[in-house]
Amino acid sequence: MATRTVSRAPSRPSDALTLEKKVELYYWMRLTRSLEERLVNLYRQTKVVGGLFRSLGQEADAVGSAFALDRAAGDILSPLIRNLGSMLVQGAQPLEIIRQYMAKGDSPTRGRELNIHFGDTVRGFVGQISHLGDMVPVMAGVTLSFKLRGEKRVGLVYVGDGATSTGAFHEGINFAAVQRCPLVVIVENNGYAYSTPNTKQSAVKEFKDKALAYGIPGIRADGNDVLATYDVTREAVDRARRGEGVTLIELMTYRRKGHAEHDNQSYVPAGEIDKWETQNDPIDRYARVLVEELQVDRKELEAIDARVSTEIDAATDLAEQSPAAEPTDALVGVYAQPPAVQPLWYRAGVRSAVEKHERAAGWGTYNG
Amino acid sequence: MAEITYLEAIREALFEEMERDGNVFCMGEDIGAYGGAFKVTEGLMAKYGEQRVIDTPISEAGFVGAAAGASHMGMRPVVEMQFIDFISCAYDMLTNYIATARYRAFLPCPLVVRGPSGGYVRGGPFHSQNPEAAFLHTPGLKIVYPATASDAKGLLKAAIRDDDPVLFFEHKYLYRRIKEEMPQGDHVVPIGKARIAREGTDVSIITYAATVWKALEAAEQLQKEDGLSVEVLDLRTLLPMDDEAIVATVKKTNRVLIVHEDTRTGGVAGEITARINEHAFEWLDAPILRVTAADVPLPFAPPLEDYVLPQVADIVSVARRLAAY
Repeated sequence: MATRTVSRAPSRPSDALTLEKKVELYYWMRLTRSLEERLVNLYRQTKVVGGLFRSLGQEADAVGSAFALDRAAGDILSPLIRNLGSMLVQGAQPLEIIRQYMAKGDSPTRGRELNIHFGDTVRGFVGQISHLGDMVPVMAGVTLSFKLRGEKRVGLVYVGDGATSTGAFHEGINFAAVQRCPLVVIVENNGYAYSTPNTKQSAVKEFKDKALAYGIPGIRADGNDVLATYDVTREAVDRARRGEGVTLIELMTYRRKGHAEHDNQSYVPAGEIDKWETQNDPIDRYARVLVEELQVDRKELEAIDARVSTEIDAATDLAEQSPAAEPTDALVGVYAQPPAVQPLWYRAGVRSAVEKHERAAGWGTYNG
Repeated sequence: MAEITYLEAIREALFEEMERDGNVFCMGEDIGAYGGAFKVTEGLMAKYGEQRVIDTPISEAGFVGAAAGASHMGMRPVVEMQFIDFISCAYDMLTNYIATARYRAFLPCPLVVRGPSGGYVRGGPFHSQNPEAAFLHTPGLKIVYPATASDAKGLLKAAIRDDDPVLFFEHKYLYRRIKEEMPQGDHVVPIGKARIAREGTDVSIITYAATVWKALEAAEQLQKEDGLSVEVLDLRTLLPMDDEAIVATVKKTNRVLIVHEDTRTGGVAGEITARINEHAFEWLDAPILRVTAADVPLPFAPPLEDYVLPQVADIVSVARRLAAY
């Protein structure tokens, strides 16, 4: 069992985590970071199709919050672009992520949608869309279904500081609050929405204060402290499961990379990134907690790092061998019925009248 | 069996489907205790309770999005727009999230968005709209717009049972103006099948919703005054469109007039014209003509609204030109 330290408040939810579980948190954060680093390599080799979105420096908030859900109970989350870690915790595989980024035919979306935009309700994550804030109403509905059916399940939705400005965020959280849906809304405050700083996003000083307007609790926590993130989320998850409704959590973190890999971050004040990297890296911080407070052998963490490397190498090799997407598969699955859209006639292998220098079959049969 | 109105037929479909399937539930503004602005959902909450008949905040994007989430989990939400004009507030949810969900994420979205649509009621620019063309362009949605009471019932039941998202437009001019005896038993009308509302051999009028009745009136007048045999095809479903029925009527009469209440530019008539061009060009004896609303927001004053919307006299006059071409 974990050793409780005197500097922390007593009976935090994370106190109940076994040391093995606490070490597992390190694994998920390391996996997130190393997987993204591999994706950067693939991106530079032009093997990634589309942009690459990093969560460097934000791994703790995604992992710690997702870890507070009960996968056995069927809890579901909806990640944002910087919540790869939360998807991994829910069971997304590195191989799936790499195949997605490489637009492979056997990727989870079979080449339909980019990057980590995919979902699996069985494993407990719902695929996001690019329109920020939209997943709040959707997750309000997912959790409304739990309430209507009397299921003791909980939903969690991530939004960024920027998405709190959208109408969808407001309408979704308001709906969920009125209906007392078992929903946790996490505002990941990483300082920037693309290049826009928080001061240009909202006049509130703290995003948690927006909770007041919905009649729900709003809590702020250190998103770069994985255990603090776990604690605050777990309390909100427990509230939701008890039928006490929605909680808004603001997790303070920092986006050390640009909006996507192409972004040169020219808008960031000098020294800001370095400061976060050297003084507030969530993985470094947690490694120190594990080694210095919980007496985990540093070699054990190094072994995890090695294991993560091996897993990512294996996934990369497999993904590289994956087939490209099949063009005609693009027509499949718009509807349940019909199962496929008809190909355009000039793509269907029928030569046009012009090419044949004659009329196509059935053409000009009118005899009146 | 007694005759019931178009509105009562919709209500009957809601009662029957909520009774049949515990996953069906309704959401919308003022639909519960009040029974909805037009009383379509009257009595639903008394029977099924506020868990299954949910009064929502004024937030179309919010509750349409919530319907999507619930539908992913196996529920079958039926969402009411108080007036269909407000569906534009949920346009992002419907076109970006819901319409793409199955394709991009294999997420089923079996939901219905329904609501009072259309003009001829002096409702003005925000209580008279026909938004079908705005959604016709979005793969992943289905669009139904019934003209008769029995179709309203049968198509709504089909929409609720459909595994894809369906926009179900109800014409408010027809709500209490037409009555019909409902077919016995579990009356379900398949989505995607047009209906010949009147048989004819000289001219085809292709239309849907309230203008089906205008077209029928015009057809009667043309028969009496000109001896013209006019066929009226009621599309019933706009997405997917019944190409087979459209081509069949073109081949039968060789002259086509398309009538819709919505505005002209970018309207459904343009799409139908293109399809006929692709599939049955050589069967035409005359150019395809359109009778539609003028390209203006719909004004409410009676002389203005009557001037803008298609009237029987317009259909008669254009059909005469077509027959004489």
